[in-house]
Amino acid sequence: MAETSINPHVGDGNNAAPSPLDWLIRRPMLLAWTVALGAATFFWLFGQPWAKWAFKYPSAWKWKISKEISAGMEWLMNEATFGLFTFRELTRAISWVIEKPYEIVLSLLSTGFLEGQGSQAIQIIPPLSWIAVLTVVVLLGRYVKDWKLGALLGGCFLYLVVFGQWESAMVTLSSIMIAVPLGIIAALFVGLLGYRSVWVERAITPVLDLMQTVPVFAYLVPVLIMFGFNAVSAMIATMIYAMPPMVRVTMLALRQVPSEIVDLGTMVGCTRRQMTWKVLIPSAVPTLMIGVNQVIMLSLNMVIIASMIGAGGLGADVLASLRSLNFGGGIEAGFAIVFLAIALDRLSQAMAEKAPASHGDGQNEGILKKYPYTVFCTAVALITGIVGTSWGVSWASWIGGPSWGMYSAAVQDYPEAWTITTGAFWSDIIKHINVNYFDYIDAFKGMLLTNFLVPFKRFLVSLPWIAVVLLLGLAGYTLGRWRLACLCMVLSLFIAVVGLWEKAMITIYLCGISVLVASMIGMPIGIAAAQRDRLWRVVQTIIDTLQTLPSFVYLMPVVMLFRVGEFSAIIAVVAYAVAPAVRYTAHGIRQVDPQLIEAGIVSGCTPFQLLTKVKLKLAFPEIMLGLNQTIMLSLSMLVITALVGTRDLGQETLIALTRARTGDGIVAGLCVAFIAIIADRLIRAGAERMRTRLGLQ
Amino acid sequence: MLRKSRGLMALLGGAALLGVTLAPQPALSEVESNDPIKITRHDWTGQYVTIEIMGEALKAAGYNIEYVQADYIAQFAGLKTGDLHLAMEIWETTGRDAMDEALATGKVENLGETGMKAIEEWWYPSYMKEKCPGLPNWEALKACGEAFATSETAPKGRYLGGPVSWEGRDEDRVAALDLPFEVVHAGTDGALFAELESAYQRKDPIMLWVYAPHWAPVKYEGEWVEFPAYTKECYTDASWGVNGDAEADCGKPRGPIWKVAWAGLKDKWPGAHKIITNFNITNDDMGGMVAAVDLEGKKVENVVADWMETNKDRWMKWIQ
Repeated sequence: MAETSINPHVGDGNNAAPSPLDWLIRRPMLLAWTVALGAATFFWLFGQPWAKWAFKYPSAWKWKISKEISAGMEWLMNEATFGLFTFRELTRAISWVIEKPYEIVLSLLSTGFLEGQGSQAIQIIPPLSWIAVLTVVVLLGRYVKDWKLGALLGGCFLYLVVFGQWESAMVTLSSIMIAVPLGIIAALFVGLLGYRSVWVERAITPVLDLMQTVPVFAYLVPVLIMFGFNAVSAMIATMIYAMPPMVRVTMLALRQVPSEIVDLGTMVGCTRRQMTWKVLIPSAVPTLMIGVNQVIMLSLNMVIIASMIGAGGLGADVLASLRSLNFGGGIEAGFAIVFLAIALDRLSQAMAEKAPASHGDGQNEGILKKYPYTVFCTAVALITGIVGTSWGVSWASWIGGPSWGMYSAAVQDYPEAWTITTGAFWSDIIKHINVNYFDYIDAFKGMLLTNFLVPFKRFLVSLPWIAVVLLLGLAGYTLGRWRLACLCMVLSLFIAVVGLWEKAMITIYLCGISVLVASMIGMPIGIAAAQRDRLWRVVQTIIDTLQTLPSFVYLMPVVMLFRVGEFSAIIAVVAYAVAPAVRYTAHGIRQVDPQLIEAGIVSGCTPFQLLTKVKLKLAFPEIMLGLNQTIMLSLSMLVITALVGTRDLGQETLIALTRARTGDGIVAGLCVAFIAIIADRLIRAGAERMRTRLGLQ
Repeated sequence: MLRKSRGLMALLGGAALLGVTLAPQPALSEVESNDPIKITRHDWTGQYVTIEIMGEALKAAGYNIEYVQADYIAQFAGLKTGDLHLAMEIWETTGRDAMDEALATGKVENLGETGMKAIEEWWYPSYMKEKCPGLPNWEALKACGEAFATSETAPKGRYLGGPVSWEGRDEDRVAALDLPFEVVHAGTDGALFAELESAYQRKDPIMLWVYAPHWAPVKYEGEWVEFPAYTKECYTDASWGVNGDAEADCGKPRGPIWKVAWAGLKDKWPGAHKIITNFNITNDDMGGMVAAVDLEGKKVENVVADWMETNKDRWMKWIQ
């Protein structure tokens, strides 16, 4: 041991080798890397004059697959048929099935039950009044947990009322109330299939990756044609994006069910169905709830995009406010989305914790005693419903004069005059910062750009594609042998072959920088928060907010201060992608085996040593998964960065959308997904090796 | 007793009132179909005003209408399948590609111009006139690179163009006219006007792409640069114009804003088809209404109702 500490260059504690060459030969991977990197550098520096094709992919070699994809989609949407009915009729039928329950919820919460359509529709029964909805959520909170939860839920919904977001929020809530349960159920079934058969799991894993990373713009038009231009399409797009984490978590959670429980199930003679629904899933609920949380968060994250397809609601409010530079309006509508997310998340978590109610005690009691909450809610709904109708109002004004009438109407619709708005306040703050500090901000930005960002971007773009493909192959071989090597090379080659190499490099530059910054911010916060419960709760609320607050809300002020371009885009991506960096770091450290920590303390570690030598080391695989998710989320933000004028793959999908070129959009979207898959597989393989080395598996 | 009977009477009165509000509104004339005509609604004020006017006129003629929130470009997918029926503002300058693609399928029909003309061009706030004398003539720009520069583009000026997908050949224009400017593209017009607001607050130099009808040229004081007027030859024939060796040595095309509908609308609602085709308003109408909404904070419904009241003779002609 003393020897190695004297000579730190020797490596992982082996005895010093007789000669450097001999030492290298004994490590073939290291040798291969040295040679490969050396050759690549040499080629990069001197190869340009005689191998131009390796630097800029020749357009003559381009594979024009996008035209075929366009034609294929066209066929699928307009001509494909199963004999009895066409493909589009099938998708339209699915759309109809989803639309019906949505219409009922929407009628209940927002439009009321109508007869007729369009501007000639007549309201037969008004929607639930705001007082009724508030009562329901507060009592629901009390029912599943306690008054504290009831107060939290009530507070969230009261915000919607007081800030005048009610109408839009109810539209958004209606579509979320359909999309989230559907997404959860569908994901549960897919996850179950994946749990039962490794073959299915292998087949769906890449599909899940595509669903999470292909920008929505790429498949927006096909979805619209297949499912119609309505809220259902928006829900389908939402489900595509929000489902994958739940599927993954389901498979993981079911595998983690202790074998003792499964054995018990077998012993008592469970059928396969009983085994699944009475044994496996109930015991997996705590882990499954992580998936549910993600579905809710991601669904609400899609609200903005969904509003572009006809979902309306809060997303449309955010977009419209920001188009007229009404920052206050944008922030208020944005926070309405956040509060909805928090309310739904906390409610679902509490529901999962609640033990199933015991039946049978009190059979002889009246309906009021048996269902106090239901009775009370129904009563409130009916009373407020009647008071708020036109005859309720005319009655009230007849009894007590016009002011009574006004109050009576307010029971149904919260009057506009009573709402609060912070509108001008935010615009003024931004104006103040802009007028007084813009020059400093600009100088700081310029410094970062010229010294770090632009050189890094130039470097990436100048790399010869052939060398990058080969190095990725080598990386794949090092971490996962031939299979991974082939995967990395084929996918990266695809990007070059379809002619999007340069755009892909800019994408990697944007996401790379963002992931670096997000990790640098997120990991220390995660480490700090993991060890203090109270801080963790605060941090959790902040990252939940960051994940659900539509980035548009802060993107426009960011553009005002940092101008259009990559810098603004990076800020937006970092703000969004920092959440998983914090979450997974904290989670990893918190789940380190307490016995090992104990062992560390016993052997006399200082707190710093305990952190660096024990906790961080053991949490490393988990932290790597956090990094993985950070990369995924930053890639999924490309849709948004395209809107501030970056020239990456996200922009490419947006251009394809505006020019009605389905194929181009899908190809660019696939390239984004392939970058994500390469990064994901390499990191996963690395984490796996690490875990084996640490003896965690 | 008294109280009770009062309550009962109120109840009866209320019921009568309810009956009145529930009775279907009598249609002015028989229409071909009572299904709602779905009109798309985007996310800018001018478009809200246009669809509100169209909707009110159609309603006055007895038609049933419905506004559907839809993305400006994505809506074509819905128009082709008949999920959506009418798009009131397809700009020559920004929607031409998507519109042509849709028209080519034969499932979408162009119902002619709205009467409004889209203007888009390089634009600057008035305070820049001091820093760059000679404006709005484009030749003044040749000496003004420095005046419009930022730290990233110096010594060249910075020109903030529209989204890449709304291509306006600005790179070509800069090269052809030999302007000391660098072109930077905004991804959305939200970002574009956020920058304008920011620069305007600080009275900082800015040159950017602004279009009308829009609230920006109403809210901010400024002018469009006067380039040599656009002709078709300018974009296709290099020998035309100031620079004999380059295309795009002129200003940008100004074009109509089109009305586009689902091709089936003609058969399902022939009367409405005629009304929509007749619809016609001007940039001045629109500018005034947009300013009333965005700058005076009035509601779109009220502004449109006022306009409908004072211009009754005009829209009555559409529906006759």
